[in-house]
Amino acid sequence: MPTLAVSHPDEVKVLSRRFGMGATNIDTYIALDGYKAARMAAEKGPEWIINEMKASGLRGRGGAGFPTGLKWSFVPKTSEKPKYVLVNGDESEPGTCKDHILFLHDPHAVIEGTMIAGMAIGSKMGFIYLRGEYRYLLKIVEKAVADAYAKGFLGKNIFGSGLDFDVITQTGAGAYEVGEESALMESLEGKRGVPRIKPPFPAVVGLYGGPTVINNAETIASAPHILLMGGAEYAKLGSERNGGTRLFGISGHVERPGIYELPMGYNLKKAIYEVAGGIKDGKKLKAVVPGGSSCPVLLPEEIDVGLDFDQMGKAGTMLGSGGIVVLDETVSIVEFALRVIKFYQHESCGWCIPCREGTDWIKKTLTRVYAGGGVKKDIDNVQYLAENMMGRTFCPLGDAAAMPTLGFVKKFRKEFEEYVEGKRDSTMLMTTDELVGTGEGH
Amino acid sequence: MSATNKNTIFSPELAARFDKLVTIYPLKRSALIPMLLYAQDELGYVSDPAIHEIARRIGIFELDVRNVLSYYSMLRTKPAGKFNVQVCTNISCMLRGGYEILDHCKAKLGVGHKGVTEDKMFSLEEVECIGACCWAPAMQVNYDFHENLTPAKVDIVLDDYRAGRGKDVR
Repeated sequence: MPTLAVSHPDEVKVLSRRFGMGATNIDTYIALDGYKAARMAAEKGPEWIINEMKASGLRGRGGAGFPTGLKWSFVPKTSEKPKYVLVNGDESEPGTCKDHILFLHDPHAVIEGTMIAGMAIGSKMGFIYLRGEYRYLLKIVEKAVADAYAKGFLGKNIFGSGLDFDVITQTGAGAYEVGEESALMESLEGKRGVPRIKPPFPAVVGLYGGPTVINNAETIASAPHILLMGGAEYAKLGSERNGGTRLFGISGHVERPGIYELPMGYNLKKAIYEVAGGIKDGKKLKAVVPGGSSCPVLLPEEIDVGLDFDQMGKAGTMLGSGGIVVLDETVSIVEFALRVIKFYQHESCGWCIPCREGTDWIKKTLTRVYAGGGVKKDIDNVQYLAENMMGRTFCPLGDAAAMPTLGFVKKFRKEFEEYVEGKRDSTMLMTTDELVGTGEGH
Repeated sequence: MSATNKNTIFSPELAARFDKLVTIYPLKRSALIPMLLYAQDELGYVSDPAIHEIARRIGIFELDVRNVLSYYSMLRTKPAGKFNVQVCTNISCMLRGGYEILDHCKAKLGVGHKGVTEDKMFSLEEVECIGACCWAPAMQVNYDFHENLTPAKVDIVLDDYRAGRGKDVR
């Protein structure tokens, strides 16, 4: 079972304040202010909830950073079809494991957040969808849901408010693409997880054709905390237009990898060097992938930047899922880029041709470069392929594969050229036969 | 027990679970992926009779079931080992020795990617990110996570499973 990192004094514990305190037990959770926010929400009503959420400046923690209050306000007040809340716990972006720790330590916060979202939009049913690999976490969430039913917090007439709300939990069965909201709905409807075209957006036509709010598990779990402290107070914890705190996962070559809850806008360099203890074994920093594998890479001189959606955007990358991956001087960027594209090629659902073919050809071309048979034009081809995937697919998986690839090729072009010229490092991690020798004869 | 459970290939417990699963969703078909997973957990893989029965229970074609089944990487139509060892080699694990762990497992078990040991005790898979990046390198044995691995720790974990002491999350 994953262990909690030793706290750093710069951490601001909102979401993580119950971690390690046994809050999977419903009575402990209640003693730690649990289900207070849901009671308040039931009394004060949808308008109040949405106003507090808007005031909080909370932006989607899945990676897109869309303002949550605004998203909830888009759901039509009246609808012929039932409305749904869908919690995305299909956490699969490489470098990201924050929801893992959230479900493990505070499942009731996710359930309570789901109820609050339900009250805000007038829904009677919520779904919590975890990735298939998280079976042991599903057990924890299932137990928490059953306990909440037993207390009368879920089901008919919750808290005597006259409102009904049910929660259904399930897992996927191994597919990165299902983390995309429309593919997630497809999967929940018992189909292949391929994306739907937008519009219509899920807020209007979503799950089973009904208006649906889809939020990342961390976003949803933030809602009770926001209502308890007040949206304006929560907003103050973060930076401009980026309210609150976030669970950042720092992994790779750092001394103390772990999940740390830091205020939005916290300096990335400080997060790596102070919070996570600096580069492992005193080595030099080579690069940082700041928010999961789909975010363009940052060079050491580019990391003096605030960890929020806007500042990271200005730095030419993304805040993404908050999974910071740190690479030391020993890493071969060619190898790293190949490992990243190998992932996206494997996970492309095949629905859109630019993504299906693009990821495959980039993988083939980079494999040839990696294996030592590359030519200079391969590097241009990789760039050309990636540029032609951008914005040409139903869902963002194509972009998620193209963006980091472009980052690697543009910022480390010299290293790719050295591989082509045969000056590459002799250590190869990926020794699978399947990789070597492809890229020829196509 | 409902009438449908008289001719089921699943255990009475699982059949009863399936009876309930198809009723909780707004649409029956939503139960498909959980049913496939639970069938696999019981049988070791999703067999043809399982596909047949699941299609019947939901009221869709077998082809629809196969269409969904083939999409998800955790679902399989051939038996794996009793303990399926899934080593993550994605970026965070790769940086902290994921490939070393994979190579160690290959050597120790004597099988490659998707291979099954002769005694059917273990199978091995190189998998994509399993969501344990901050505790890398990591692997899963069936549904159980093992983190901060070293080759020595892998030996202990695998020996525990072989000796029947390993945790088997269902």
